[in-house]
Amino acid sequence: MGKVAGLTLGGAALAAGLALAQGGAPEPQRAIPDPQSGRHFATPETLAIQDDDFQNPAMLWAEEGEAAWSRVEGTAGQSCASCHNDGTQTMRGVRARMPAYHARLNRVVTLEQQINICRTERMGAPALPVDSRPLNAITTYVALQSRGMPVNVDISGPARPFFDAGERFYNTRRGQLDMRCGSCHEDNYGRSLRADLLSQGMSNGFPTYRLKEQRVISLQFRLQGCVNDVRGEAPPMGGEEFTNLEFYLAWRAQGLPVESPSVRR
Amino acid sequence: MAAPIGQPRVRIPAQARAGEVIEVRTLISHIMETGQRRDQAGAVIPRDIIKRFEAKFDGQLVFAMDLAPAISANPYIAFPFKVEKAGTFEFTWTNDAGEQRKATNEIKLA
Repeated sequence: MGKVAGLTLGGAALAAGLALAQGGAPEPQRAIPDPQSGRHFATPETLAIQDDDFQNPAMLWAEEGEAAWSRVEGTAGQSCASCHNDGTQTMRGVRARMPAYHARLNRVVTLEQQINICRTERMGAPALPVDSRPLNAITTYVALQSRGMPVNVDISGPARPFFDAGERFYNTRRGQLDMRCGSCHEDNYGRSLRADLLSQGMSNGFPTYRLKEQRVISLQFRLQGCVNDVRGEAPPMGGEEFTNLEFYLAWRAQGLPVESPSVRR
Repeated sequence: MAAPIGQPRVRIPAQARAGEVIEVRTLISHIMETGQRRDQAGAVIPRDIIKRFEAKFDGQLVFAMDLAPAISANPYIAFPFKVEKAGTFEFTWTNDAGEQRKATNEIKLA
């Protein structure tokens, strides 16, 4: 037994050595190798709403997004459908691989940001405000097409520095409570924080209908809430810090099925 | 200014046997502002809720509900209904300002 473990460790060390020799950064290791979706930490009542597509109020957003998909806006006289045709076909899997590295912009972009890039560059339409109802509606519609597909973001190559920045944000203690994201979501998941059960903070269900807000929220809105909860100063939604963090969070949830639009407390 | 009443969703079976009890399910997009909250300037945000829901079957009232400020946004309302004949449901949601949103659904006998 000891010999087998020794061999495995040796193999891992060899692989890491090879990666270094080739100039690549070592493979990051997940603190939670076998992640659990937020649904494992939700109440049966909440899940009953999520699992019933008629009752799930986020489907109202998905329907609004579906209507917006083929609505012409902007100076170019185009809609989403002008390029992407039938969203139920072309958008399959998109949510699962976002955020992703954007070569021309040389940064990582989220699904919301990509929608606004299409609007401003292709449609000649104004960008939709971050976390606004129309933007969350289109995002929900697009995300729905990937439901059940495993999260699979690409952190290799030029994307890696942005991943590393997200990881640094995740592991930096902040706020008056001096907590890092993992203080709750890695060290204490499954335990109660007052009346709430702490989850692992997996992002595979976003955009999500949050019962507290009574609306669909974007992931970065929730991230602002988290930073405020530890009495820190949250960076702006849509900014570089949260976008890199969203990228890191997607990798943490790698392999979990996309659950969008989920329902959470 | 009352917020617009969103698009309603209604689900009933397309057909049912006479005597069968079906579930009528409805969902409507609405903010259900309670009138208890204040904005950033401290001013009370006026109450704006769906205050009445009615379901008629061939013109006859079969289900009605008075809604209160404590009911969540996007109210989901479902009720059982015993089908005796084919006919048409008419659903009406009314807000505080008296504005209405209607939806109609037909049911056939199997």
